[in-house]
Amino acid sequence: MVPVLPAPTTTRNAVPALDDAEVLRIRNDFPILSRDINGAPLVYLDSGATSQKPQCVLEAEQHFYERYNAAVHRGAHSLAVEATDVFEDARETVARFVNAGADELVWTSNATEALNLVAYSFSNASAGRGGAAAERFRLGPGDEIVVTELEHHANLIPWQELAFRTGATLRYIPVSADGALRMDLAADIVGPRTRVLAFAHVSNVLGTLNDVGALVALARSVGALTVLDACQSVPHLPVDVKALDVDFLAFSGHKMLGPTGIGALYGRRELLNAMPPFLTGGSMITTVTMERAEFLPAPTRFEAGTQRISQAVALAAAASYLSEIGMDRIAAWEEHLGQRMAAGLAQLPGIRLLGPPAGTGRIGTATIEVEGVHPHDVGQFLDSRGVAVRVGHHCAQPLHRALGVSASTRASTYLYNTTADVDAFLDAVSGVRGFFGAQA
Amino acid sequence: MSGLEQLYQQIILDHARRRVGAGLKEAEAGHAWGESHQHNPICGDEIRLRVETDGNTIARISWEGNGCSISMASASALVELAQGEDRGTFTDMLEEFRETMRSRGTREGDEELLGDAAAFSGVSRFPARVKCAMLAWVAAEGALLAAAPGDAA
Repeated sequence: MVPVLPAPTTTRNAVPALDDAEVLRIRNDFPILSRDINGAPLVYLDSGATSQKPQCVLEAEQHFYERYNAAVHRGAHSLAVEATDVFEDARETVARFVNAGADELVWTSNATEALNLVAYSFSNASAGRGGAAAERFRLGPGDEIVVTELEHHANLIPWQELAFRTGATLRYIPVSADGALRMDLAADIVGPRTRVLAFAHVSNVLGTLNDVGALVALARSVGALTVLDACQSVPHLPVDVKALDVDFLAFSGHKMLGPTGIGALYGRRELLNAMPPFLTGGSMITTVTMERAEFLPAPTRFEAGTQRISQAVALAAAASYLSEIGMDRIAAWEEHLGQRMAAGLAQLPGIRLLGPPAGTGRIGTATIEVEGVHPHDVGQFLDSRGVAVRVGHHCAQPLHRALGVSASTRASTYLYNTTADVDAFLDAVSGVRGFFGAQA
Repeated sequence: MSGLEQLYQQIILDHARRRVGAGLKEAEAGHAWGESHQHNPICGDEIRLRVETDGNTIARISWEGNGCSISMASASALVELAQGEDRGTFTDMLEEFRETMRSRGTREGDEELLGDAAAFSGVSRFPARVKCAMLAWVAAEGALLAAAPGDAA
């Protein structure tokens, strides 16, 4: 039996906390959650990879095509004007969701592109583009870019490549054997040569929160720019870019109930307007001659070509849906589910919960190693019970290497998961070692 | 049989534990040999497999690897099956195994030709796992190609 932890009872704004009854109502908004998988009801615990979508998000995208579809920021006909309004309203909604100004939010295809945008813009600055204003983004030999050992490949490889192109050096803050960031070493690694500090808000593998305040303070003290990968925090926690005081922040739409194909980059207004563009072409220019072009201010400067209009509109619907339920309530509920998973897993022989011990801030994610059974087999067994989890290296090979495993099994919750989902997961996990003959 | 039991037949689970041929061996004097390293970046399955030939005969196969039970069991069944066979027979086995894996559940592997490896037929119903089952076979194909006669140490 799984020890039952008390559910959170109140939240900051005194709206009643989420409970199973309300989550069951929320689930009705998600058509896919009523599916059966392999003869069992779907237990979807892979929201860390991608979230499911509520009806209102699906309808927002369809509604856009039924009512407003036209090219935005070009054409003077009424439909084009309306489409532009809807598109820019969506930007304002999503910007507000993270407390950014609308002109500080650049649409991208996904968070990976958002992070590449920053890296390539710095690269272009390093090649001399952007004039005097872009001086602070220029990197060269002797400069250092610092990341951490727990990064998703999307917040590692763009910086490796930027270092290769500019001659700068890439350094990283390591993790301890249990995957906690070695904050005791951070001050020795982030120093006067550091120009960029890029790190994850929440580890996509372990679900653990990094100390953004301490890392930002460290970066500020040496004049380095900060880039926060917020893919795993924006969907699950209240995130305020001003309170975090970061220079750039990237997140993806599909992990926060929105569609695929859209993500966003927040950047401080004065920085975005000083940065040379990444992708170039239509819609991002003022004057073009056969020799050269002048660019629009941000965010349009970074939005070359036809934009992801219906996706932006649907993402705004997702942000509104989340806000209506309340991000603080969602965070509290997922923390409850995470604690229930951790407590239940601790009771199971041969199951190791990866990551730092209890007490470290975590979203509702549990990543495990099953003694004697490869994660791929664990995932297959769980799938036969309708339980969908992620197996593999989760695009974080260096972190897995540091943890001493080649792959792992990750269960990640969201606002639509019930305690029954957690219990179904625990029950399925408890059968894995017996099935594969790994039990002593 | 449930889908899971079709996939993980007892023969497969047994091979996953027995791991016939596990432990990379130095080639024997007089044997030609070749080696292949295969890696599935999606799940991290990895195998380094060495084939030693004596004339036209596959004299010995040894390997080291890390991966799911399907990939490890497949390597084990392959060693048991292919050791002692000639190149031509191995090619027939490989083709039969590959065709079966690609069949999306529409073809049972020929048990006469494939022995225990025929038990992997159920894997073809799980497209995400076909690569796991093929890993050792692809390595063996590459290693055999590299083991040209005359390479004898």
